[in-house]
Amino acid sequence: MATSRLLRLLSLPLALLASSAQAEGRFGFGRAPSPEEIAGWNIDIDRDGRKLPPGRGSVAQGKALFEAQCAGCHGTKGEGGIGDRLAGGQGSLATPKPVKTVGSFWPYAPTLYDYIHRAMPMNAPQSLKPDEVYALVAYLLNLNGLVPDDAVMDAATLPKVTMPNRDGFVPDPRPDAR
Amino acid sequence: MRDEAEPGANGRTARSRRQILAAGTALVGGSLAGRAMAAETGSVDTPPQGPPQGPPDVPRWMKEPGADVGSEPYGQPSPYEKDVIRNIPKGGKQYTSSASRTPLQDLDGIITPNGLFYERHHGGIPAIDPSAHRLMIHGLVERPLLLTMDELRRFPTESHIYFLECSGNPGFEVIKQGRTASDLVGLASCCEWTGVRLKTILDEVGVKPEARWVVAEGADAAALTRSVPLEKCLDDALLVFSQNGERLRPQQGYPVRLLLPGFEGNMSVKWLRRLNVVAEPAYSREETAKYTDSMPNGTARQFTFVMEAKSIITRPSGTQRIAKGFNEITGLAWSGRGRITGVEVSVDGGATWQAARLQEPVLNRAFTRFRLPWSWDGQAATILSRATDQTGYVQPSFADLTAVRGMKSFYHNNAIVPWRIATDGEVSNGYV
Repeated sequence: MATSRLLRLLSLPLALLASSAQAEGRFGFGRAPSPEEIAGWNIDIDRDGRKLPPGRGSVAQGKALFEAQCAGCHGTKGEGGIGDRLAGGQGSLATPKPVKTVGSFWPYAPTLYDYIHRAMPMNAPQSLKPDEVYALVAYLLNLNGLVPDDAVMDAATLPKVTMPNRDGFVPDPRPDAR
Repeated sequence: MRDEAEPGANGRTARSRRQILAAGTALVGGSLAGRAMAAETGSVDTPPQGPPQGPPDVPRWMKEPGADVGSEPYGQPSPYEKDVIRNIPKGGKQYTSSASRTPLQDLDGIITPNGLFYERHHGGIPAIDPSAHRLMIHGLVERPLLLTMDELRRFPTESHIYFLECSGNPGFEVIKQGRTASDLVGLASCCEWTGVRLKTILDEVGVKPEARWVVAEGADAAALTRSVPLEKCLDDALLVFSQNGERLRPQQGYPVRLLLPGFEGNMSVKWLRRLNVVAEPAYSREETAKYTDSMPNGTARQFTFVMEAKSIITRPSGTQRIAKGFNEITGLAWSGRGRITGVEVSVDGGATWQAARLQEPVLNRAFTRFRLPWSWDGQAATILSRATDQTGYVQPSFADLTAVRGMKSFYHNNAIVPWRIATDGEVSNGYV
């Protein structure tokens, strides 16, 4: 009896620690990720480019990269193929034959960084270094006439590029037909 | 409804493929055996077919013991059902980012078998080791969390039957190209899903007051990313690890996926690895350049989440053939806004409508089976169905839909599907 009471007393502080999650109505499963773990996966770049990483790339660098790694699917000038058409189509959205490309349709330039980094090239996603992604973004914007030939893209310049269709999106008004 | 199996052309007693294979290998061997087998069975994949095994004779499958218990550790459909498979489009430019459809016209009830669930992948199907997979919840939360799959499954679980439907089912401009019900609306399936309420996990991590959206990201080669309103995440959203009683198939997001009942399928991110709680949407490629609905005036509707009420007659339907006399008309209806409250069927091209019987169970955001007894008089006819959901919304005609949205909006086409029945009983796409 005395022994068991002693054990109970000894184990009390430990039990309190272990059940602190439960005491607050939590289950306490899993663990907290480290800042490094969060940083490694925290790759979404919003429309304002607030999480764009360090690095920079030029139109000329992007052209060489594009021809080596992207043109096979998207065409040398981004005219499309197995992959989407990436250039042209500006002014076509309100016509019976809208051509939706980076230049004509994409509303925010930083999204280009996000998507190329996470998903391209299709055969080796997340293989490009930040400098390479910035260079490809610069080249695609240049192909669409949105930045000059000597443009360099980085975390400061890319969010400043205004896309032609920035204001082209509207909220969902449905139900709209019956 | 599929064609009756034709009797064996050569009238020989059919033998099982295994018996033929064994005999051929023993007697001839090598490539000759293969040729002998092909000659006897038509092709290596066609099961043997023979004369009817009706009375008064004893059916041949009663004259010897069948296959052993456990001869299939994971059971497969009868080889005679080998044509009931996913509807995979031919001639695709690539199949890494592509889709396959559920053969709705070949299925009964409301549950889609796991092997026939529709597919839409953007970077292929990842081969994920569940013991190595992690789910991270971070951003505007009090306590960021990293979970193993075993840890996720320790939270309280729930099971619900919900449909899931791709937003482009079908695209507006391809509506005349579909021949079967699957071609037209086969990017929809319905399962019993089991998982943990996302609300349970968000309560666990403590969402900060300024949070409004959750960015979900897949562990596939597309790292597919969609932003989900926090309101939906705290409502009926699930973190799912099982479908129809067994663990998710790799095609459906093994080992864990997001499931947003009634929302366009793309948002129910598969192979989920990360939930980032944020104040504003990510405006990812999949919610700007894609999955937005282009209008005739050049604008595009964004964050068009809900799949509106839809129905389709699955029997009789395109490429089937019916005979004069009694034919049950049956099909499926569903709505992303809740329960189906009624399905009307017209057998005269939409001039008059009659109420179909709804088969129980009629569930929230699930396939609902409807039936109508009908006697076909052999005259050319067009049959259609239209669904009404609990909000009072009625499924529109294609003309009503395109009058508002034009032909280029691609997504969220929930128009009525007409089937034309010719005097010979052949059923075809009424849009053509």
